Amino acid sequence: MYVIEASGLSKHFHARRGVFGGDRGVVRAVDGISFAIEQGQTLGIVGESGCGKTTTSKLVLGLEQPTGGTMRFEGCDLQELDAAGRRNYRKSVQAVFQDPYASLNPRMRISAIIAEPLVTNERLQAAEVRERVLGLLEVVGLPAHAADLFPHEFSGGQRQRIAIARALSLSPKLIVLDEPVSALDVSIRAQILNLLRDLQARLGLSYLFIAHDLAAVAHMSHTIAVMYLGQIVETGEARALARAPKHPYTEALFSAALPIHPDERREEIILPGEVPSPLNPPSGCRFHPRCPRAMARCAETAPVLREIEGSLVACHLYDALDAAPGVRRLEPLAESA
Amino acid sequence: MTAAPLLELDNLSTHYVSAQGTRVIRAVDEVSLRVNAGETLGIVGESGSGKSTLALTLLRVLPPAARIVGGRMMFEGEDLVTKSDAEMQEIRGKRIAMILQDPMASLNPLFTIGNQVAEPIRVHEGVSRSTAWRRARELLKAVRIPSPETRVRQYPHEMSGGMRQRIVGAIGISCEPRLLIADEPTTSLDLTIQAQYLNLLRDLQREHGLALIFITHNLGIVAKMCDQLAVMYAGRVIEAGPVSRIFNAPAHPYTMALLNSIPRMGDPDQRLTAIEGQPPNLAALPPGCSFAPRCPQVMPRCRDAAPPAFTPEEGRIARCWLAEPVAAGTDLRVASGAA
Repeated sequence: MYVIEASGLSKHFHARRGVFGGDRGVVRAVDGISFAIEQGQTLGIVGESGCGKTTTSKLVLGLEQPTGGTMRFEGCDLQELDAAGRRNYRKSVQAVFQDPYASLNPRMRISAIIAEPLVTNERLQAAEVRERVLGLLEVVGLPAHAADLFPHEFSGGQRQRIAIARALSLSPKLIVLDEPVSALDVSIRAQILNLLRDLQARLGLSYLFIAHDLAAVAHMSHTIAVMYLGQIVETGEARALARAPKHPYTEALFSAALPIHPDERREEIILPGEVPSPLNPPSGCRFHPRCPRAMARCAETAPVLREIEGSLVACHLYDALDAAPGVRRLEPLAESA
Repeated sequence: MTAAPLLELDNLSTHYVSAQGTRVIRAVDEVSLRVNAGETLGIVGESGSGKSTLALTLLRVLPPAARIVGGRMMFEGEDLVTKSDAEMQEIRGKRIAMILQDPMASLNPLFTIGNQVAEPIRVHEGVSRSTAWRRARELLKAVRIPSPETRVRQYPHEMSGGMRQRIVGAIGISCEPRLLIADEPTTSLDLTIQAQYLNLLRDLQREHGLALIFITHNLGIVAKMCDQLAVMYAGRVIEAGPVSRIFNAPAHPYTMALLNSIPRMGDPDQRLTAIEGQPPNLAALPPGCSFAPRCPQVMPRCRDAAPPAFTPEEGRIARCWLAEPVAAGTDLRVASGAA
C-alpha cells in the first residue's frame, strides 16, 4: 500500500517584477511529476538547486497547493478530503528540516518544543504529555533531563535529534527529511543517519529524503528520483540507479559525486554551463543544452518517462528500444567527446 | 624532496584570549606542517577544530582577540610571524592569496567585476588602469567566464553562484601567487558546478605551479584533489601525511572513524560507523588526548597525558599513543603506571 502517491503533480508560480510589476511568465517549479512511496520505504530525491525538490517537499507537506495533478494519501485523493481528513493528513506527514539551529524556538524548553504538536492536536492530560515527551526523548537517544533544557544547551546533532522527536510526536506515517544532515558535523552525520534508519525499521515509517549528498541519499533510499528543472528525468531502485545510471544527467551527476578514496579512478563527465532558469526552460528535453549526448530531436520534442530495465527514464537515447526491444546501456562517452 | 618546502609551519600556536585574560582558547596548538611548491595540502576538521583560524593565521588577518603565541611560519625562507603589518600587506594577495567559502560575501556588491579583479593587480604591480583591466579580462577568460568583455562591466548580483566563485578564484590568482588557500570553496555550489570548479582549480594549479591549501570538512574533496592531508581535532594536527597512505591505513582512531562514517555509494546495507559523543568544547578540553572521550580504542593513559607527534612511517605523523614505537611504549607504560 502506498502511503503517498502523486501523479502529474505540478506547481507553477507566476513571476512578477517588483511590487507592482507585471507578469513575467510562469515558473514551472514542479512540472507534472509522479511518484509513490510505500509504507516503510524511503524515496530519495536528488537534483541541483532549482530542480524543484524543495517545492515537491512543500507540496507533500501541504505548505503549498498544487496547481495541477493529484496526490493520494493511503488511497484517498487529498483534494476530496473533508476537514477531519485533512487534519489527519497533516498529523500523518511531518518534517525534519536542514538547520536545527533555525527550526527550534530558542525561547522554548525542549519539553514544550516536543509537546507542541501533541498539545495542539490531541487532548491529553499534562502528565500524559510529559510521559510521551520522555518516551520520545528516549527513542531518539537523549537523556530524560534534556526535557527541561533550552535548545542552546545542545549541539547540532542533539538538536537534530530533538527535531526528530518532535516530528515523531504524532506518530506520523511519512516524514519529509529535507537535507537532515548537511548542517551537521561530519562525525555526527552517521549518528543521525543511523538513527533515522533504526526508527524506520522500528516504527515502519516512510521517508521522503531530499539531499545534495548523493552517497547519503543512495545509502538511505529504496527508490531514487532524479529531478532536473521541475521534472523527473529518471527514477528507479536506488542500488541499480546508483550503479548504472541511464539518463545522461543522472550519469553526470553521479560522476560528479566526490570519490571516497584517492585511488578511486572513474570517468568524469563535466557538464558545461549551469542549470538554466526555470522561468525560460529550454525547448524539447530541458537538459539538451548541457547534454553530452544531445541529438537533433532533443531540442524539438520532450522525451517521456518509459521503462528501461526496471527504471523509468525520460531520454531520446532509448527511443530505438521501441523499434527493437533489448538491453541497451550507455556507451562510453569517447565518441562524442 | 630535497628542496626547502614553500611553506613550513613549526609548532605554530594561535590562541584566543578573553578581555580579562582569564580564559584562553587554544584554537591552533603546536601545529607543524609543510607544503611544497605545486603541491596540494588538504586540512580536514570539524567546526571548532581550528582549521579556519589556521588559515587566518597564515595570512595574519586574525581578529583582535587572537594572538600568535608561538612557533614559526617559514614561507619562501622568511618567517611570516615576525613580519610587520606593512610587509604582510605586500605578501597578501600577491604571494599568498585566499578564496573564501561564500562568494557573495567576498565580493563587494557595489563595484563591477572588472574593478574587483583589477584591484589587486593595480595595488601590487602599480600598472595602469587599462593594463589592469586588460589583465582582468584575461583572468575571467582563464576561469572560463563566457564573454568576459561584457562581464567585467557587470556587478556580482548579475552572476550565478558558480560564476561568482570563479571570479573569486580569478582574484585569487590575479597576481600569480605561490600559494593559494581555499577555505571550503565549494560548499555553496551545486554538485555539477562543484566538479567544474574543482577541475578549474586543478588546471590553474598545473598552469601556474601553485601550491594549494584546501580547508574542508569533506574527505571526498581531499580524495579528489589533495596530495597531502592534515587532520585537525581540537586545535591540533592529530594526523598528517600523504593522502593515499592515510586513506589506506589511517594511524589515528579519529581519522579511521571519519573514513568509516561516510556512506559508500552502491552499498546500502553498510552500517555507518558513528563517532559517539560531540565535538569538543575548546574552552574546556579534557586533560590528556582531546579525542579520548570519544575514542573507541581509548586506554587509561590517554586520559592522563596528551600523546606527542609520533612518526608511524617516513613522512607521516600521528598524535596517538597507539602509533608509539613499541619498544619505547613499554617503558612509558611502566612509568605512567608507577606515577
